[in-house]
Amino acid sequence: MISTKALSGCAATGRAEVAGGASDVPDPVGIFAERTLIHFVLLISRQGKVRLTKWYTPYQQKQRNKVIKEVSALVLDRGPKMCNFVDWQGYRVVYKRYASLYFCMCIDPTDNELETLQIIHHYVEILDRYFGNVCELDLIFNFHKAYFILDEVLIAGELQESNKKAVLRLVTAQDTMVEAAKEEASSLSNIIAQATK
Amino acid sequence: MEQLRTIGRELAMGSQGGWGQSKEFLDLVKSIGEARSKAEEDRIIARELEHLKRRLADPDVPRRKMKELLLRLVYAEMLGHDASFGHIHAVKMTHDESLPLKRTGYLAVALFIDERHDLVILVVNTIQKDLRSDNYLVVCAALTAACRLIGEEAMPAVLPQVVELLAHPKEAVRKKAVMALHRFYQRSPSSVSHLVSNFRKRLCDNDPGVMGATLCPLYDLILEDPSSYKDLVVSFVNILKQVAERRLPTSYDYHQMPAPFIQIKLLKILAVLGSGDKQASGHMYTVLGDIFRKGDTTSNIGNAILYECICCISSIFPNPKMLEAAAETTSKFLKDPDDTLKRKTFELLYKMTKSTNVEVIVDRMIEYMINITDHHYKTEIASRCVELAEQFAPSNQWFIQTMNKVFEHAGDLVNIKVAHNLMRLIAEGFGEDDEGADSQLRSSAVSILKIIAFEIARGRKIDMLPECQTLVDELSASHSTDLQQRAYELQALLGLDKHAVESVMPSDASCEDIEVDRNLSFLNGFVQQALESGASPYIPESERSGVISVGSYRSQEQHETSAHALRFEAYELPKASLPVATAQASMSMPTTDLVPVSEPGYYKEDHQASRSQPSGDSLSGEFGVKLRLDGVQKKWGRPTYSSSTPSSSTSSQQATNGGSHSDGGGSISSQTRESSYGSKRQQGTEVSAEKQRLAASLFGSSAAKADRKAQASRKTAKEGPLSEKATVTNVTPPPIKEQVTPAAPPPDLLDLGEPVSSSAPSADPFSQLEGLLGPASATPVVSETPATVSSQTPDLMSIFSDDVQTGPSSGSTEPTLGDSSLKNSQKGATVVASKKGPSLQDALQKDATARQVGVTPTGNNPNLFKDLLG
Repeated sequence: MISTKALSGCAATGRAEVAGGASDVPDPVGIFAERTLIHFVLLISRQGKVRLTKWYTPYQQKQRNKVIKEVSALVLDRGPKMCNFVDWQGYRVVYKRYASLYFCMCIDPTDNELETLQIIHHYVEILDRYFGNVCELDLIFNFHKAYFILDEVLIAGELQESNKKAVLRLVTAQDTMVEAAKEEASSLSNIIAQATK
Repeated sequence: MEQLRTIGRELAMGSQGGWGQSKEFLDLVKSIGEARSKAEEDRIIARELEHLKRRLADPDVPRRKMKELLLRLVYAEMLGHDASFGHIHAVKMTHDESLPLKRTGYLAVALFIDERHDLVILVVNTIQKDLRSDNYLVVCAALTAACRLIGEEAMPAVLPQVVELLAHPKEAVRKKAVMALHRFYQRSPSSVSHLVSNFRKRLCDNDPGVMGATLCPLYDLILEDPSSYKDLVVSFVNILKQVAERRLPTSYDYHQMPAPFIQIKLLKILAVLGSGDKQASGHMYTVLGDIFRKGDTTSNIGNAILYECICCISSIFPNPKMLEAAAETTSKFLKDPDDTLKRKTFELLYKMTKSTNVEVIVDRMIEYMINITDHHYKTEIASRCVELAEQFAPSNQWFIQTMNKVFEHAGDLVNIKVAHNLMRLIAEGFGEDDEGADSQLRSSAVSILKIIAFEIARGRKIDMLPECQTLVDELSASHSTDLQQRAYELQALLGLDKHAVESVMPSDASCEDIEVDRNLSFLNGFVQQALESGASPYIPESERSGVISVGSYRSQEQHETSAHALRFEAYELPKASLPVATAQASMSMPTTDLVPVSEPGYYKEDHQASRSQPSGDSLSGEFGVKLRLDGVQKKWGRPTYSSSTPSSSTSSQQATNGGSHSDGGGSISSQTRESSYGSKRQQGTEVSAEKQRLAASLFGSSAAKADRKAQASRKTAKEGPLSEKATVTNVTPPPIKEQVTPAAPPPDLLDLGEPVSSSAPSADPFSQLEGLLGPASATPVVSETPATVSSQTPDLMSIFSDDVQTGPSSGSTEPTLGDSSLKNSQKGATVVASKKGPSLQDALQKDATARQVGVTPTGNNPNLFKDLLG
């Protein structure tokens, strides 16, 4: 946890009111010492392009860029037969490669890495069911949907739902509302289109 | 019109197949994908951000368009650019009435800002309002956002609603409310502490999802204060039991495991609750045993559960049966061929050893130790075995048997102290009343070769057990000449009559201060007898140093055994033991005079045998010294110098051999032994000559330096014996140089040499690398650059894609696809198609869409199209 504190501490310096408190008491707000299962989720392509990031522990943009750079360098460098867990700055990065995409989650070294690995897989399976043979392009263009699904799987760094069907039910319920709205919009635009002909 | 056309296309594609994004966004993604450098990417994003800034500020932008602009903003920020100018627009969008827009707004806000941001204050009101919404999806979106955005200050504003939502009819809402409350508790325990009882209620929720979510906050609460939740132990155990018995809906199954994530959470909780609590732990044993039995070590998730289960068992009040099961499960990994895994497993086993499971674990460790060849690691395992055995041994009998095994397989690697500790244990015995067990014990310890001599001292009172006899026989046929020798010595010793042994090695000697009888007066009678029966008298020269080396070696041992230090100084007095020397010589060494005064080491052996004191270590040590010196010399020295060494050593050796040949039964097996050493040494010489050349070519000047050093040390080594010989003293300490250098028997020379010889041929690693990368020399460059999407080198990708090769053949069945494609190579498209395997149609559709919207730089990068799970 020390390095989170360091990181968050740096992050807080930009904001006077928080930083002032932080310098006196090591943990004024209580958010630095909190127990979070997953600190962040990162999806990177083989070429090092970021496909999705989700931060459950507070990081400022600068730190985020640094973390992404470090973690992707760490993970992309590893051979296919190497371990899926890497120690990184006092944390453990659990990653798994699917086709050309690396799914990374950062946890505390005391956590159950195998479980985290399976959470990644759980998420990918849901993505797969949702998109139907999910591929990287799906996630590139529909990254917001990947976010919505992730929000249903994880919340505040904890696994929220382990039932794939329940997640999909909720996401599609939301989608049908989107569709309904879209239908409405397109029917409107069709009318416009016909009118402008 | 263009926009309308896009919308029309989107509709045609349907929501699942197409990507539903505007041309602009697709172009953005495409250009980012094609960007060849980070700088280019940055330029594109900067341009995009400028564009977005303009568009967002435009009040006439339709709301739907706004949503897309916001997503593009998210995309830009995801790539590491500052888009703070747009954050306010995200906040605004959360106010929108339509759910899709609101949802996107919440998503963007949650990604852009956290609870410390100033803009949060503008969102709190919206969240508050949305929590009251009739539409449960709106509530869900608000709760998700609340988890991220509500800090301590804003908490009172939403807390009442969140608590209310704990009883919402929709399970999705209840679940999110639980998670939100948990998050609030983490942020500020004091503001929520009066509400924690709600978590207990939710534990009994009808929906397993809500129950599972409740475990998260409960785990945190229990971690802080386990004692207040002891009453829940039974509930948790019941839940776990039901989960393990597959009472939950099958939709919670994951890879055939029933609700594994819930199981893991429960196990974590039980581990905390059962820690140091015998009563609470008592409830858990049965269900933990069940989980162990159902454990599945073939899948990751099965192992994750087992891991958590083992953690739990080691945390709760210990139960021997459970610990054994845990140890057994853990040791399953030892059968895995992966060496790293084994080592890790052993580290784990080592740490979890307790007196209840020590037998299983140490057995496994020894079994493993026997099979490994890595010298260093073997040493480590051996020392750990010893440590565990000493710490947890359930009985002396077991301890000694274990130590026997360790010594048998790694005797040379174990700290000498250990042998002495064991020796004392045996020597001290366990009380007179238990003579039977005692003798059994001692006879079982008989094979501890390091202490064999002492053992016999004890053994004079008991008969050798048959198994010991067979062991000795076995050892005498061993490949290790050292072992062989000791076995023979032991046999010879056993052959001696009881009184002789007794006087040679008095009982309990190892426990007492050892008064070394340097005069060896107890042998006088024997010597006299031998002289009378015609043995030639002892000739003292040059034997002295050998004696000393025995003496000092032994004294070293003794020094460690007993706290009372031996007096070493006595040995340095040169004249004291002259009479002894005579006695010894006359005893059994009629041949010594044949040997020219050369290397003292060889005499020692004879001397030793005559003394019936099989402390063979010193002997083999001497051989080691000899060989080692040769080896060092040969390896690093120059040809001119080394050539002289072999000849000298060989000659001296031959001399020795000659001596022992004429010796006739003086020492039991010296002939075979020595000849074997001789041949070995010969071999060693040859090899080292070879090595030397390699080493010289590799290391050049440094080798010369080493050579000089070796030369110097050799000189001193040689001078030592010579000067001693001149003074005709006997008990002078052996040249220290020789004592220091020993260690490596001949095989080690080979080992040392190997890296040298193997590295020599591969002197040009670059050419090899070139050979490896030859056909695709351009690929490394490509992989460095971030823009591989459109790069022309698919080779690199093909390494990772399973079956690119099958592309063309199966692709030919889809000619229309290729024709319709204007921008893409047919190969790319068909490769993609063939990859899609199970749902070809789906894949084709996607591919078609991709081309339709003009975003297929991927013709050469099929990876983008590859199913993630495929």
